[in-house]
Formats: sequence, C-alpha cells, structure tokens
Amino acid sequence: MSQSATQPIGAAVVESAKRRRLSPDNRYIAPLFITCILLVGHLSYGILEGYEKTGIAIISAIVAELILGRIFLGKWLNLASAYISGISVGILLRSPALWPFALASVLSIMSKYVLRVKGRHLWNPSNFGICALLFLAPETVAALSVQWGNFKWPLVVIWILGVVIIWRAKRIHITATYIASFLLFAYLRSFITGDSWWAEVAPITGPMYQLFVFFMITDPKTTVKSQKWQCIVVFFVAFVELFLRLNHVVHAPLYALFIVGPIAMLIEIWLESRRTMVLQESNAT
Amino acid sequence: MTGRKLAKVILVLVFVSLLAAPVVFKRLAARRAQANASIGATAAASRYGFTLQEVAQASGVNFTHQAPKLDSRLDHIMPQVASMGAGVSIVDFDRDGWSDIYVTNSGEGSKNALFKNMKDGSFKDVAADLGVADVNQPGTGVSMGAVWGDYDNDGYEDLFVNKWGKPELFHNDAGQKFSRVTDKAKFPEWVNANTAIWFDYDRDGRLDLFLGGYYAEDVNLWHLKSTKMMPESFEYAKNGGRKYLFRNLGDGVFEEVSQKLGIDTRRWALAAVAADFRGSGNTDLFIANDYGISEQFFYDGRQFNEVGKDTGVGFSPKSGMSAALGDILNTGRYSIYVSNISEEGVLIQGNNLWVPRDGTSGDGLRYDNLARAMDVEIGGWSWGAQFGDLNNDGMLDLYLANGYVSADRNQNYWYDFSKIAGGNSAIISDAAHWPAMEGRSLSGYQQKKVWLNDGAGKFVDVAQAVGASDLYDGRAVAMVDLWNRGVLDVVIANQKGPLLIYKNNVTPENKWVAFELEGSASNRSAIGAEVRLFWNGHQQVQQVSGGSGFCAQNQRRLHFGIGKNPQLEKAEIRWPSGKVETIEKPLAGQTYKIKESA
Repeated sequence: MSQSATQPIGAAVVESAKRRRLSPDNRYIAPLFITCILLVGHLSYGILEGYEKTGIAIISAIVAELILGRIFLGKWLNLASAYISGISVGILLRSPALWPFALASVLSIMSKYVLRVKGRHLWNPSNFGICALLFLAPETVAALSVQWGNFKWPLVVIWILGVVIIWRAKRIHITATYIASFLLFAYLRSFITGDSWWAEVAPITGPMYQLFVFFMITDPKTTVKSQKWQCIVVFFVAFVELFLRLNHVVHAPLYALFIVGPIAMLIEIWLESRRTMVLQESNAT
Repeated sequence: MTGRKLAKVILVLVFVSLLAAPVVFKRLAARRAQANASIGATAAASRYGFTLQEVAQASGVNFTHQAPKLDSRLDHIMPQVASMGAGVSIVDFDRDGWSDIYVTNSGEGSKNALFKNMKDGSFKDVAADLGVADVNQPGTGVSMGAVWGDYDNDGYEDLFVNKWGKPELFHNDAGQKFSRVTDKAKFPEWVNANTAIWFDYDRDGRLDLFLGGYYAEDVNLWHLKSTKMMPESFEYAKNGGRKYLFRNLGDGVFEEVSQKLGIDTRRWALAAVAADFRGSGNTDLFIANDYGISEQFFYDGRQFNEVGKDTGVGFSPKSGMSAALGDILNTGRYSIYVSNISEEGVLIQGNNLWVPRDGTSGDGLRYDNLARAMDVEIGGWSWGAQFGDLNNDGMLDLYLANGYVSADRNQNYWYDFSKIAGGNSAIISDAAHWPAMEGRSLSGYQQKKVWLNDGAGKFVDVAQAVGASDLYDGRAVAMVDLWNRGVLDVVIANQKGPLLIYKNNVTPENKWVAFELEGSASNRSAIGAEVRLFWNGHQQVQQVSGGSGFCAQNQRRLHFGIGKNPQLEKAEIRWPSGKVETIEKPLAGQTYKIKESA
C-alpha cells in the first residue's frame, strides 16, 4: 500500500523534473525567439548588412552587464536580459557605422545602473539606448523602419509565435491593449489627417513593431506591476504616440515609450513608497 | 568616499560622457567642414588643385528640365513619382573633335536638346534641326535618359533614348542629321526604362543594348489601369519592369535575348554598367536596383549568371540609384560605386563602394563595401555619381549629385514616407494608400559631394570649397573635357532644374594624358575597350563606357591625370576583340587617337 502510495508520488516528482527539463526557462524563450527571427530574416532576406553589427551590439551589452553587475551588485548576472538588449539594438538600430551599435548597447546597460530609483531602473534598456542615439547622432543612425519582406506567411508565423510566447509569459494583455489602442488611434489619425487608414496602419505591419509590441513594451522590469495599470500605461504609450505621429515624429513609438515608461515607473515607485510609509505609520501606532 | 560610492560617481561620469560624445564629435566635424568650405577659391585651388565654375548660361546653355504630368490618380504624390528624366550624355556627334551634350526632357511635348560645341566656349542647341528634339510627344511617353553608340559602325555615334514609353533609336547620318530607325530595330512598344547602356556582350564587333525596366512595362503612367503599380516593398520589391538585352544583328535589327541568356529579373533597375570585372575577356553586367539588392551578372561566353550574392554586392537591400566604375586605388581593378538614400534621423542606408577584395579574382571575385572606411558613404538622397580625376593628381575623384524633391523648405514628407515604406506589400504597392505630399519637400535642397581621393585610402568632400554649391535636385552627372584643355569638366542634369556646366580650372602643375579609341574588329565606338596606364609605379585602368552613373554617359575619350613630374611607362590597350596593343612611353599633355590595328 505504502509502496503503491509512494509510487505515484515518485512518478510525479520524476514527471515534474522531466517537465522542467523539457520546458525551457521563461527567461530564455524571448531571446531564443528574437534570435530565430533575426536568423530567419537575415538568411532569407539579408535584413542585416552583416553579422558584425549585431554581434558588436550583443557583445557590448553582455560585457557591460558582466562588468557592471560584478562591480555594483557583486555577482555575475544572468545574461539573458543583456542579450535581449544587445540583439534588440542590433535589429532596431540602423547605421552603416559600427560604433553606434556598441555605444547604444553600453548605454542601454548603463542606464539600468545609473537611472535608478529605489532599486528599480526606469527605462527599458534598449529603448533608452536606441532613443539616445536617435536624439544624439541622427546623422549616423536611424531606427529600423522598413519591411523585411513581402511574404505574408513569415509575418503570420512571427505574430503567432510572438503571441504564444507573450501569452505564456502572461503579458499578452499588454500587447493586445497596445495593438487595440494603436488601431483605434490609427482611425483617429486617419480622420484628422485625411490620409488613408491603411497608411496609418502600415507601420504596425512592419518588423519594428513586431519587436516593439512583443518585447519592448512587455519588459517585466520596466512595466508597472498590476495588470490593470499595465494596460493603462500601454494605452498612454499609444496615446502619446498619437500626438507624436500627428506632429510627424518618425520614431514615434520608441519615443512614446521613452516618455511614458519612466513616468509610469516613477508614479508606481512613489505610490509604493507612500503605501509603505502609511503601513509603517499604522504599524507604529 | 567609499569604494562603492566612488565607483558610482565614475559610472555616472562615464555615462554622461558617452551621451555627450556623439554631440561633441558632430560639432567638431561640422566646424571642420565649415572651415574647409569657406576657404575661398584661391585657397581651394592651392589646397585641392582645382576649382569649379558654373558656366552654363555664359556658354549659351539655357535648358531647364520639365517633369511629366502623369495620371491624375497620382496627383497626391506626383512630385515623387514624376521625379526622374533629367539625363545627360556626352557625344562628339559630328566628329569635329569637340564634345557635345545631349540632354533629356520629360514634360509631355517638351524638347530634348543637343548642344553642339561651337569650339569658342559656347554651345548651340541643334536638336530640333537635326531631328532629335521632339521625342516626348504626348502618347509616346517621355525621355528618361539617352546613350550614344555607333551601332552600325559607320563612324558616327547613334542615339538611343530610353523613356517611360516607346524607346527610340536614331541613326546619325554623318553628323548632318538623324533618322528615326526605331521601327526597323524592333524595340518593344512600351518600356518604363530608367537605364540603358551600349555594350558588345558577344564581342562580335556590333554594339548590343541593355535596357532596364523600372515600372512594369504594362503600366502606362498616364493611363493607369490600377493604382497598384508602386513597389511591393521598400527593400525587397520584385514587381518592377523586365529587362531587355537587344542583340545587334547587324542590319539595323535587334533581337531580344535577355531571358535566353539568363537575365530574368523584375527588380526596379535604375542604373547599369558593363565591364570586364574579372579580367576574363567577357563583359559582365552590374545592375543597381531601387527597392532592393544590386545584381551582378557574369557572362561566361554563353550565359549571364547572377552572382551578386556570391561576390557580396547583392545581399543587403538598399535603394540603388546609380552605378559608376573607377579604379580608385590604382590597382588595375574596377570598384563599383552605388548611390543610395540617407536622411538624417530617418533612413541611413549609406552609399556602397564595392572594392575588389585582395586575393580574389576571376569567378572567385569578391567585394567589400569600403564606403565608410573611405568616407564616401553619406551623401543624402543620392543619384548620379561619376569617377574622374578632377585635379589631375593621378587618383580618381568622385562627384555625387543629391536631392530628391525640393518644394516647401519648411515642411518635409519624410514622416509620411517612412510610415508607408514600412508597411506590408498590400499597402505600399498601392499609390492610393500613399499620403498626399501637399507641397512638402522630400530630401530637397541637398548639397552635392565632390570627394577628392587623397591617394591614401580616404576621400575628402570639397564641394563647397571648390564651388559645387548648387542645391538643385541633381540627377545625372557626366564628366567631359568640354574645351579640350586636358581637364574634366562636369555636366549636371537637374530634375525640374537647369542643366549646369561646371568648368574645371585645374592648377597646371598636375599633368594628364588622354586616349581616343576607335575600334575596327571591335565596335567602332570602342565601347568596352580598356586602357591600362603605367606611370611612376602606378597602374590605372579605365574603359570606354556605353553608359554609367544615373541616366548618363561620360565622354568616350579616356582622361588620365598623372600628377607632377610623371614618368610614363606605357599604355596598354585591350580591345573588346581581345587584341592588345601597347604604346611605349606616351607623352604627358597629349591626346592619343588610336585606331585598332587590323
């Protein structure tokens, strides 16, 4: 009996361990997915001018993370996050020069250590690095703004995979809210400008948005904690993007996140500290 | 201060420095450029060895290009669609030893011009008198460019006009007039072609013709069947016009053989050049495509094989506008310059300078893009480019025209352009989806680049300093010694702008030598013939071209700058027929007129 009773428990433990082995750590799914997009895109369409730029971006981010993590946190950090920052810079930044890729990656990682409030960094790292270069070196860099290919199927596959991954990471509500808001505001922009709705929708069919909606706006470290507020914040990203677009700002989504993201984080940090203070006070009384 | 705090302070300082670095470097570079630009003509001549003076009006050349007015369904984006057609080609049509200029126009009913060189510094438009002006009649399309080649080997250069419309061939009747021979040639009824070049691919001594379609040939831009005629992608479009290779049968008739010989592509061709890239004796073909990758075809004597991905030139898609050849390092090999689009903060494609990789040759030829390393990468919305030794110092320099649509200076269309350019093919390919331009500029009023080759692997932009300061929407660039002075002048055709002639004033210390070739077994224009000049340890190769750059053709005479105190060793001439002739110890300051030996 006891034997028969222990057998299922043992089997469950083994099964669970097996599942853990077969089921990849969530942290590695996103980098894996982006790498696949990159490789497929490059091997099919030559989306990169060469591997060296993306390589430099990734290596710079990883080296910066290793050094800064060791110095300021006293440990060797898991490199998945740095890898995502580096590869995002490598894909989203466009420049014939090599140095912007290194600089953007290093700035991305450094921003996590410099621009911190109460132990939390404010900007999505690659968003910060890319925007910094777009502001400061527009004569040398641009953001990815053109379609990778014409075939619909790769696009469909990327969207399906992206949705699955982001759903698995329990952040699909952020992506969905953003897309719904974007489409709504596209209609509004079309109404205001008189341009075709298709023209307003066109950007979201491009690869830049695929990375933006799946990986940049959903970054767990730089989004607020509650689901409701995540949706509200991302709605405001689309809202600010609306105004930027009406003012003909080419890199509107990146800048919108650059503006809204840290404000949301600061508000949350402030609210949390107030809540903590109130709790401490009530405990004291 | 604790170690941790000190590290944080250092981190912040490094962070701020890194943020500031691009701005600081940019300001320093701008200050340096400003200082170079404002040095004055005398100092520029002394420093760079030449200055350019615009003399078109003073020379009696008063020509302004007109753009076409296409189907009204394109009205909202008309300036960007009707944005080509200013072409220029150099010819000595009457064999008087002085180069003349043919210029294309693109308004419906507008006239092309043939400026005859009057040898006294002035030019006279004789196009109407000779029958090559009125080629833009409504219903027949409008001119996009023209190339000259003696297709019947009678000693006089004939004229091919590529159009968005019916291609036209004119026979040169001994320099006295031109006869339209299009119908006999059996060219297609309608091709939306932006590039045409003469070359003798089969080396039978008769010039053949490559014609590259841009819009698909079933698109009549004046009477659209559908607004779905735009590129299906900004960088991967394959819905452009087909390509044609017309084999010259020798009796004024041409046979279309492109697909039979392996040239089967529908990318959006804007420029082509032909040359023996591999030293194989066969003439290969390079096509610069808008909205996509460039293509390179090696001819193996039977077939053209597309090898762009292998050689490295056909992998990363950009917006190829122009293709020019030049032996920029004096290694006896051609580099290929392809102009693309760069707009600050929006799209930085960078131009390509494809330099043959050391140690590769023949079918294993590989190229590296050294545009950034050699500082010829960023132009603007770049169009025509040509290599030529502007200061006769022995190194080929580079002239680049920039500027797309100059309209309202205070408003630009880039935001809307980038919005649609990133869209899926179903959106971008339909002109109806494109936002209206509403008088806005798109990369307008751009400065040109005159890149001086320093001989040490770098080019320096001296355009503003030497006087190339116009801001027109430049298209075609041609280099020619207009006044037989032993210097290269520059002729620029501008979209909806005047034809410019930059007279080159070169300081006399640097010497030159030139070669005018005439084929006998080879085609009489000697197109494809190469001269390899050896002097002072240098070796430079140039070829007679049947068209290069963007909608342009340089003079047929090959001009070599050879610097100070040149010790000329020899000039080796390789004819398309395969014959090789050598001139031992040619003299500086001479133009050699060489006829291929029988």
